[in-house]
Amino acid sequence: MSTSFSINGIAQLVDVDPSKPLLWVIREQLSLSGTKFGCGIGQCGACTVHVDGQAIRSCLTPVSSVEGKEVTTIEGLVSASGELHPVQQAWVDHQVPQCGYCQSGQIMSASALLARSPQPTDKEIDGALRGNICRCGMYGRIRKAIKSVDIAKADDALFYNVAEVDHV
Amino acid sequence: MSKWTRRAFLTTSAVAGGGVVIGVAMRPGNQVNDLADKIGPEGGKLVHTYVKIDEDNAVTAIIPHSEMGQGVHTALGQMLAEELEADWDQVNVVEAPALGEYANYSLGRTYLLTGIDFPKILIPSIDGAMMGVADSLDMQITGGSMSVRTSGILSMRVAGAATREMLERAAADAWNVPVEEVFAEKSFLVHGRTSRREPFSAFVNKVASMTPSYTPAFKRPEDYKIVGRYVPRRDIPSKVDGSAKFAMDVNLPGMLYATVLRSPVPGGKVVSMQDNDARNVEGVHEVLVIPSASYSTMVGGFTAGETVAVVADSYWSASKALQQIDVQWSEVGYEEVSSETIFSQFDKDISAKTERQADVTQGDAEAIFAGATKVIDAEYNVPFLAHTCMEPLNATADVRGGQAEIWVGCQNPLGFRRAVADSLGLESEKVKLHNHVMGGGFGRKSVPDYALQAAHISSMVGAPVQLIWSREEDVRQDFYRPAVKSRFRAAFDQEDNLIGWSNTYTNKNEPVEAPLIPYSVPAQDIGYVSSPTHVPFGAWRSVDHSQHGFFTESFIDEAAHAAQKDPFEFRANLLNDKPRHLAVLSKVADEAKWSDPLPAGRGRGISLQESFGSIVAQVVEVTVTNGKISVDRVVAAIDPGLAVAPDGLAAQIESGIIYGLTAAMYGEISIEEGAVVQGNFNDYESIRMDDSPVIETHIINSGHDIGGAGEPGTPGIAPAVANAVFDATGIRVRLLPLNNFDLNYLVEEEGVAG
Repeated sequence: MSTSFSINGIAQLVDVDPSKPLLWVIREQLSLSGTKFGCGIGQCGACTVHVDGQAIRSCLTPVSSVEGKEVTTIEGLVSASGELHPVQQAWVDHQVPQCGYCQSGQIMSASALLARSPQPTDKEIDGALRGNICRCGMYGRIRKAIKSVDIAKADDALFYNVAEVDHV
Repeated sequence: MSKWTRRAFLTTSAVAGGGVVIGVAMRPGNQVNDLADKIGPEGGKLVHTYVKIDEDNAVTAIIPHSEMGQGVHTALGQMLAEELEADWDQVNVVEAPALGEYANYSLGRTYLLTGIDFPKILIPSIDGAMMGVADSLDMQITGGSMSVRTSGILSMRVAGAATREMLERAAADAWNVPVEEVFAEKSFLVHGRTSRREPFSAFVNKVASMTPSYTPAFKRPEDYKIVGRYVPRRDIPSKVDGSAKFAMDVNLPGMLYATVLRSPVPGGKVVSMQDNDARNVEGVHEVLVIPSASYSTMVGGFTAGETVAVVADSYWSASKALQQIDVQWSEVGYEEVSSETIFSQFDKDISAKTERQADVTQGDAEAIFAGATKVIDAEYNVPFLAHTCMEPLNATADVRGGQAEIWVGCQNPLGFRRAVADSLGLESEKVKLHNHVMGGGFGRKSVPDYALQAAHISSMVGAPVQLIWSREEDVRQDFYRPAVKSRFRAAFDQEDNLIGWSNTYTNKNEPVEAPLIPYSVPAQDIGYVSSPTHVPFGAWRSVDHSQHGFFTESFIDEAAHAAQKDPFEFRANLLNDKPRHLAVLSKVADEAKWSDPLPAGRGRGISLQESFGSIVAQVVEVTVTNGKISVDRVVAAIDPGLAVAPDGLAAQIESGIIYGLTAAMYGEISIEEGAVVQGNFNDYESIRMDDSPVIETHIINSGHDIGGAGEPGTPGIAPAVANAVFDATGIRVRLLPLNNFDLNYLVEEEGVAG
């Protein structure tokens, strides 16, 4: 049985088991490897993508449920001219990733949040991002990066997390 | 093989195509020709084992360590570029291939020969010998917070400085000026008097006939322009747009997918298996049983039982099918074991002093305790812990025609290559290993069991196979941070001075100094008993420091309170002969405003821990509301000697703290009927955005030997939190994780305000 949907602006028709999770269709059928497998039960958020602008866990989403919808993955945030999405740029400016494995999902959750709430409160950030685990523990940097997206103070990007360096 | 002479360690040669290779191969024989071919891409010129210079003057630093998020490629690249006087914007960093030439001779030297001061003249020979040893042990290890302080100091710096010296000499000869007047600057050679300035690449051919120095002159730290400065990490751009290629992102033509299941009780074999339903799942190719694997080397080993594997055309199909297989596993004799029986065994063995060995015996502890005015005692437990790297274990293998190719993210590429080769009965040279960036490592990815499984499955089905573990398998088939019990006594004189420290704990691993205390206590008796369990041991971020940091820094806090002294003051007074420790402790107390009062229900805790050559102190602020702990803020101070990459170091401290905080708050692998109970992030929880504290890191560059970064943040967080909880509530938590502890009940019971 086939399912048709748009992914990163391109129409796709995939002929797979309709119950196959979107995650594995994205990775195996569509060869987009930026969306990650982390837990398979919607607990870690590594597989987060947008469906019609909403952040969802693709490991629990049967592909049939996105019939006719618009799916965006981490690769789709980059503009056609290759420019990073402001959230991606903020991640670079704040040196957020360590291992980076969870970061596609973090960025998809953050960008969905910022789309609906351009200047989110800490509580909103907690709510929108608590579904995304980062075992490298970069939560502080993620929070700062999200808050910087609108204010975009370039100065803060450097050394922002080193309070100071003492030379003895 | 050529004789082991000094000359044999130094190699120079020309390569085909007009390029030039100059190498300090640091091993017998001349392999640099081969090496240049293997490094690629075309056109580059390898001017040192760790340095390639292209015609466009781009410099490539070849880094013999794996990237698992710690930023090692950038930090080691900085160290090389600094001594080379390269233009950082023109420097690329690449990971060294899994070849013997890139075995960690320097790590080996530090690991195996620590504490021996060699005469400088012997260093080249020792390096050559260590290279041979490292190669024969297949050591290409990333771990132990070692990369900067071993390869960074002993390979990258040397390579950069030696290459710069050769370039300077080549330019001086070409320009016919004294070498002392030539200097390197931003990837150019410069002669001021004659205003000459030419790129490195112009002299690469001349460098061909030169012999690089093993003991080049290094820059003074105050002249550093790249080391110690903020530079963005080179791996980050690919980690924000989905382009970073983790091992699981490999996609080979005709590749099948597999997933696996081992016995819940480690070591079990398949007695019988109902796999008809699994075989009927659409897309399933094979259901296999892979034999037990056991592997040991001088630097570690493992044993893993039989594996049931499903091979399919999709991970999804393989996963669905595996869940439909009913396996009866053989009994291995541990079916009655539980966490409870393990801890009572520990209790018994500590009381019986079973095979007790001493770490420290100082003063007459027995007499001190006998004559003490006051003695306190306490006992602490920590449970087993899994690693739960974000990226579940996976490996892709193509084993056909007597050769193997493996794609994996691992902490020891050479070791994995050898393990795969041995397991398949091949020569190491027949195995090509591609190491990828890891989605976390934390010690887990130093054990090659998952790579061996992938290799066997591919070999059995005769096709390329990508093996992906479910998260449940990842949690249940780990090599665990051990459960440990630790029993303490402290003795005080009539003035409440701490005069005796006695500690016995179960099962020692590494580092050997983990249970030691920095405090000046006249009588000390620290030791361990043997109390083995069947739960497989693995190195877990900071290894033994992860538990002993909690034990010793909690008990010293108890001692402070028993002496009715402020926990910071009490520690500080015992650090008179440890100025670095005292400076770090004082720094954190100042920055955290230790003495400022907090409202009711809030508390502060402090800890101090030296590990992996760095000293870290932490102050934690918690709020306890209705028995629920919120960790609000962590202030950390670290003396790493010198912060090579200050922002990278801060990121590692933040990371180490959150990793340790997850363990402190939630981390518990429990054993029932011999098997691990937990299976995924729903029952093996992690700190998340809404319960992560604000962290600030203060760095003290003391100028001492460079210490580690990846692990030192982890040991001190659990005790600082527990000490803060005591400050807030008066309740001493001696069992982790804290979340298991019913503070609310005790708050009511003891009438302490929440």
